[in-house]
Amino acid sequence: MQQAASKTTPPTISHRPPLAWIGQGFLLLLAALAVFVIVKNMIDNPPLFIQMVISGLQLGFVYALIALGYTMVYGIVKLINFAHGDVFMVGAFISFYSVAKFNLHQWPAMVFPGMDGLLVTIIGTTTVILISMVICMALAVTIERVAYKPLRDAPRIAALITAIGVSFFLEFFGALNFVFSPRFIPYQRPFDVVAWYIKDGIYQVQPGQAPPEGAITFSNIVLIIMIASILVQIFLQFLVRKTKIGVAMRATSYDKQAARLMGINVDQVISFTFAIGAAFAALGGVLYAIAYSSIWTQLGILPGLKAFVAAVLGGIGSIPGAFVGALIMGQAEAMTMGYISTPMRDAVAFSILIIVLLVRPTGIFGEPEKEKA
Amino acid sequence: MDTFFLVASLVKIIAILAYIYGLLWVMGHANRWVKIGGIVLAFAVVQLALTPFGDFQILTAFDQGLLYQACAMTMVALGLNLIYGFNGQFSLGQWGFYGIGAYCAADITYRWINGDSRGLIVVAFGVVLVALAIWGIGKFLSRYRGIPVMSSFTLYLLGTVAAAAVAVFIGNALQPLLQPALGTPENPGWLNSEIALQVVFFLAVILAGAFAAIVSFLFGLPVLTLGSDYFGIATLGFTIVINTLMINSDTILPFPEMKGGRGMIGIPKLTTWFWAFAFMVLVIIVMRNFIHSSTGRTVMSVREDETAARAMGIDIAGTKLLSFVVGSLFAGLAGGVYAHYIGFLSPGTFDFLVGFNPLIIVVFGGLGSMSGTVAASFGWIFFLEGLLRVILSQMGTEAPTWRFVLYPIALLLLMLLRPQGLLGNTEWGFLKAKVIPLKVEK
Amino acid sequence: MSKQNTQNPPLTLETIGLTKRFGGLRAVGNVNLKIKKGELAGLIGPNGAGKTTAFNLITGLYKPTEGEILFQGESIVGPEPFEITRMGIGRTFQNIRLFSNLTVLDNVRIAYHPHAGYSLFDGIARTPNYYAKEKELTEKTQEFLAIFGLEKLQNEVAKNLPYGEQRRVEIARALACNPRLLLLDEPAAGMNPKEIVELMDLIHLIHDRFDLTILLIEHQMRVVMGICQHITVLDFGEVIAEGTPKDIQENERVVEAYLGKGAGHAA
Repeated sequence: MQQAASKTTPPTISHRPPLAWIGQGFLLLLAALAVFVIVKNMIDNPPLFIQMVISGLQLGFVYALIALGYTMVYGIVKLINFAHGDVFMVGAFISFYSVAKFNLHQWPAMVFPGMDGLLVTIIGTTTVILISMVICMALAVTIERVAYKPLRDAPRIAALITAIGVSFFLEFFGALNFVFSPRFIPYQRPFDVVAWYIKDGIYQVQPGQAPPEGAITFSNIVLIIMIASILVQIFLQFLVRKTKIGVAMRATSYDKQAARLMGINVDQVISFTFAIGAAFAALGGVLYAIAYSSIWTQLGILPGLKAFVAAVLGGIGSIPGAFVGALIMGQAEAMTMGYISTPMRDAVAFSILIIVLLVRPTGIFGEPEKEKA
Repeated sequence: MDTFFLVASLVKIIAILAYIYGLLWVMGHANRWVKIGGIVLAFAVVQLALTPFGDFQILTAFDQGLLYQACAMTMVALGLNLIYGFNGQFSLGQWGFYGIGAYCAADITYRWINGDSRGLIVVAFGVVLVALAIWGIGKFLSRYRGIPVMSSFTLYLLGTVAAAAVAVFIGNALQPLLQPALGTPENPGWLNSEIALQVVFFLAVILAGAFAAIVSFLFGLPVLTLGSDYFGIATLGFTIVINTLMINSDTILPFPEMKGGRGMIGIPKLTTWFWAFAFMVLVIIVMRNFIHSSTGRTVMSVREDETAARAMGIDIAGTKLLSFVVGSLFAGLAGGVYAHYIGFLSPGTFDFLVGFNPLIIVVFGGLGSMSGTVAASFGWIFFLEGLLRVILSQMGTEAPTWRFVLYPIALLLLMLLRPQGLLGNTEWGFLKAKVIPLKVEK
Repeated sequence: MSKQNTQNPPLTLETIGLTKRFGGLRAVGNVNLKIKKGELAGLIGPNGAGKTTAFNLITGLYKPTEGEILFQGESIVGPEPFEITRMGIGRTFQNIRLFSNLTVLDNVRIAYHPHAGYSLFDGIARTPNYYAKEKELTEKTQEFLAIFGLEKLQNEVAKNLPYGEQRRVEIARALACNPRLLLLDEPAAGMNPKEIVELMDLIHLIHDRFDLTILLIEHQMRVVMGICQHITVLDFGEVIAEGTPKDIQENERVVEAYLGKGAGHAA
């Protein structure tokens, strides 16, 4: 008995899980509560709210720089690189030594006396940042080759534990006195932070003067962080979509074996990914240090973890996702500091992680369910 | 440096490992009297070594402290061994539950000796009522198939909160009645007598374990569905959140006696070698019986291949949750023992960085080996915390930092050279699985 | 579309319009399977036709995008995979999924866990009930292994066994769950001709002895044609033919699906 394939449409049978409304209702309630609190605060005190938003942007754009490294590395080798936050810390420290010990932020003035002060600062600071970036890139590639590469075929847990070990090593080796020392070090900025306040017009905040009540303040560092982060994003989009190495990175992240068979040098691509991530983390480290003005060897732990949460929130493996996730994390942290209390900000950050993982584990821009082999 | 001291310390470490091996061997002996006698002997030998004879004492007070820490760490590490080694779920949350257990037990006894019974009453009733609520809700939910986890979580959470509220009410109601019998620290009543305190201490530790188990149930229920990597990160987040709550225990949480970041002091030092030994042996026995049972086999099957286990009718989510809860229970018990040995608690002790220690211990001892975990825990405490600390402190003030430089290097070497850990899958004595003889055809 | 079944024997498994999409890819489309009680049925098709996806849908690892799955008349869309197994569906996997680090005995003993007869408390407290039931469980497992000739291997660690024996352990393990319907996913994969003959005998043996309904995915045509009573052919996720082995061998569309267009005329 042979039958042709049935051409009728399949019956639509509802297969909704039972009692789903309880869980969904609970989450909606939490969301509504959060929205209510935010909107209420927004209406009660608009300038404070805007101030929060600005702090949040400062944090968020820095987290974005760090989150990129996490998301790219996870995308390509499925490793949560715990040591990434410590590369961020190293970047901050390298720039500190460049500025405090070697005065590199002012080197054009020594080579070209008479050059305009602002130009000297710009070139000098850029040099300082580039030095940090290069050193951190080298560090990341070394870590990858020494610690992660040998474990590429080992169970994922082995690589994860090793990453934790590398992270500890960087923090505590750095804490030795002959390296960075365990103390909190006041950071010497390559350029001065200038602040303005907005109240009936924009005015510069004079040293020693407090801005008036109800004014919104922002600084040049916030602007620099935002611009730098956005430029990095644009650069990355270009890199990933329009260049050969970018295509190679994407291919390797989809299927290492296939990429190898297509002639891609997978080891180089992986090292390159680590390097790029480290470069941006270093940039983030310098900017963070300028913004928050003190550094220590465990500087990278919490921002690193929060940036990781941001990457997961946005969809781990997705570069635009990491950016969006980081901005959200920055805002959440700033709002918590302003409206709840400063100590709670870390708790809120990780609560966000847990909620995201429960509600939408693939993140905002994450890829949907894949077919199981 | 003193050669005698160095040699003596090494001898001590070897003696300790031999002691553990001997204890496990004796517990695994076929003859019941050898088993019981052996355990009592093991207890007595160390007790003797701790007793001062005039000016002389084989094991110093410092050693005694290390012993207690080792027993506590063994319990925590065995819990992680269960969750990660046998069940395959990478968790960084053990330290959080250790801290929860410590603070919970400490609060109960601290309040008790200060004339406040509410700690004990509220937690005791709370644990019982919450357990009932969870059991009841579980029965209700078992009538449905395929419920989304958020829904069941919400119901359990509501049930727990309601039960806890009732427990608080009961505690407040009973306190005035019990107050006279409790007395004050200067003038303790009969409920604060030596014997009563021993009972309260015992209850405090048990309840701390139960409390940790309940928290782990609620936390684990939604989070275990996430899959290995994410689950690990979520547990890390959990430890950080708990640590934040500890630092703010007097502001965000209503526990002024815990004094937040400054740390809680005045905890009665009720831990003795008897209690530490007893709790540790209890945990070892429970763990071994758990693993060597049908449930234990399903726990391991989840580690081996989840998809296949599902296809055999194993409730994956339930098994993971069970392992997680039992492992956290062990950590909670350990916390109770620790808190009453050291007499004070500081949130810094439960920092998530320190929380990697049990992970290193379990991996080092051998993920699939309970014996390895016990040996590695004792080895860790006595060698690293004890001996190495002394050696390095004589080498300069930077020594503590050097420890943390050496640990990761050791870990890296371990991962590269012997990832299965020292003992791999082998077990000693009591912990060894019985080999089933082939059925002989009659 | 299903006929009234008053005169026909009951269907153990029925899928109605079963469809599964992964994003833009439609792995399985509008598949209607009817497996009768006690039947030895085959599911074949070129690689990527959606056969394993169909198995995963039936066992609950995936949820269907559209359509219905009925097992002994009851819908099994919604319950968790382990619940579906306990309802009476067992399966083996294309890539052998034994519990590698456990012994053969343990691998099969786990199947008895839902019916162990003792609780966790019994286990921890080592009550007399535990000792009695554990002994019973172990003996039942040993007897079961003997049916398959595996009893001497009981203490071997699964990953150390040769491939053919691993496959047998996997089938034994699936059967220990006491299923009504057994799904075998490419059981003959990687076997030499002698092993294949042994496998075919084994499948006949279990079909008769355990009163099973069996649905099997297989690429080896001699197995399919040799033991299956009824065959369904999938291509690109859709059913393109079904019938007895003879019908299928003569079906042009089937030949085309495997060998390409134009080959059908040569059949």
